[in-house]
Amino acid sequence: MAWTREDMAARAARELKDGFYVNLGIGIPTLVANYIPEGMQVTLQSENGMLGMGPFPYEGEADPDLINAGKQTITELDSSSYFSSADSFAMIRGGHINLSILGGMQVAENGDLANWMVPGKMVKGMGGAMDLVAGVKRVVVVMEHSEKSGAPKLLKRCNLPLTGAGVVDLLITDLGVFEIGGGAVRLTELATGATLDEVKAKTEADFAVAL
Amino acid sequence: MADKVRKTATEALNGVLRDGMTIMAGGFGLCGIPENLIAAIREAGVKDLTVVSNNCGIDDFGLGILLAGGQIKKMISSYVGENKLFEKLYLSGELELEFNPQGTLAERIRAGGAGIPAFFTKTGVGTLVAEGKEVREFEGELYVMERGLKADLSIVKAWKGDAEGNLVYRKTARNFNPMMATAGAVTVAEVEQLVEIGQLEPDHIATPGIFVDHILQGAVYEKRIERTTTRLREAAQQAEHV
Repeated sequence: MAWTREDMAARAARELKDGFYVNLGIGIPTLVANYIPEGMQVTLQSENGMLGMGPFPYEGEADPDLINAGKQTITELDSSSYFSSADSFAMIRGGHINLSILGGMQVAENGDLANWMVPGKMVKGMGGAMDLVAGVKRVVVVMEHSEKSGAPKLLKRCNLPLTGAGVVDLLITDLGVFEIGGGAVRLTELATGATLDEVKAKTEADFAVAL
Repeated sequence: MADKVRKTATEALNGVLRDGMTIMAGGFGLCGIPENLIAAIREAGVKDLTVVSNNCGIDDFGLGILLAGGQIKKMISSYVGENKLFEKLYLSGELELEFNPQGTLAERIRAGGAGIPAFFTKTGVGTLVAEGKEVREFEGELYVMERGLKADLSIVKAWKGDAEGNLVYRKTARNFNPMMATAGAVTVAEVEQLVEIGQLEPDHIATPGIFVDHILQGAVYEKRIERTTTRLREAAQQAEHV
């Protein structure tokens, strides 16, 4: 049994550092907020125009004017601020956000990321993902290691349209952790219960082993 | 002083609407959308609209009601995943769609309103978004040229406003509204509270009245929530009720 979604979120949370400004994507990345270590100050940015995202509201206290980028109702903190979408993406594009954690469909050994469209199917749009991967200093992708069909998702080259070229710094899957940089991939951690043989069998990309 | 105050959304749009025009509509999801002005456009029945908005509402609320009325020819958006009718119209070829990365969309509108015809951004370099656009190197990095965006009409929503057209937004309902207010040849703002001149703190005004041509207090605000997520008081556990 490899890592669960919660395990992957907990592992991603270890990429946080005190004082970081962080943007979390939809899905597993959202769960990372539950694993911020006690005593560590991390400020969550929501690209629809908020810095300092608080937890979900108590029942009956949801405010329609206060949502996150996943359109979920949230709350503010004493330290929160609000701003326009243009200011929000000035933070993102301008390199002011320390870390972006987002989901993926495919990652390639050159750091390319595809996570916004499958040709021939309904395309929902890239939202803020292209801006995040282009502008944020460090990009961490969290995704299942294989597709439901068993097809690999860590590839030599992405065959889906890209969200960004050469943008991924770290990949966390249910099987392990991969550092990506300089056109190469290094497996640095194996998930509990995963084996190197299993990772090799389920990965198309070439990777070095640095456990 | 020109009188900018209008009694209703319909009156504010009188003589402004026409078939084939480009309309910018503020809001993110259903948050901060000009719901009274959208309803008035639905009623007016204008067609072949190009609508610039981050999203396209849901099937029966927000811009979704203009889709249902067959009034939209083309959408320029960053994300349209919440709308089933949208999918049907798009797949059947009845609706054109141009996707812009969200930050690029916001900046195109900001630029359009600020007299900047084009700018360079890292976003989208090496992707479909950059195809057919100029790519240029600055300080060793590649950037793609994006064009400023303007509209025949911008419809925006704010929390409070006054007869000068000064606007104050509330929480994340601000989103695309301030930039869109600057980029419309005509800008109509609807507010929850139209207050007397002097009641807004000048330091708190996010959109100065120069950008607003007509202002009205919305008759009704439903302010529907797309996804109500709450936590239990008893525990720190989070629960989602979609």
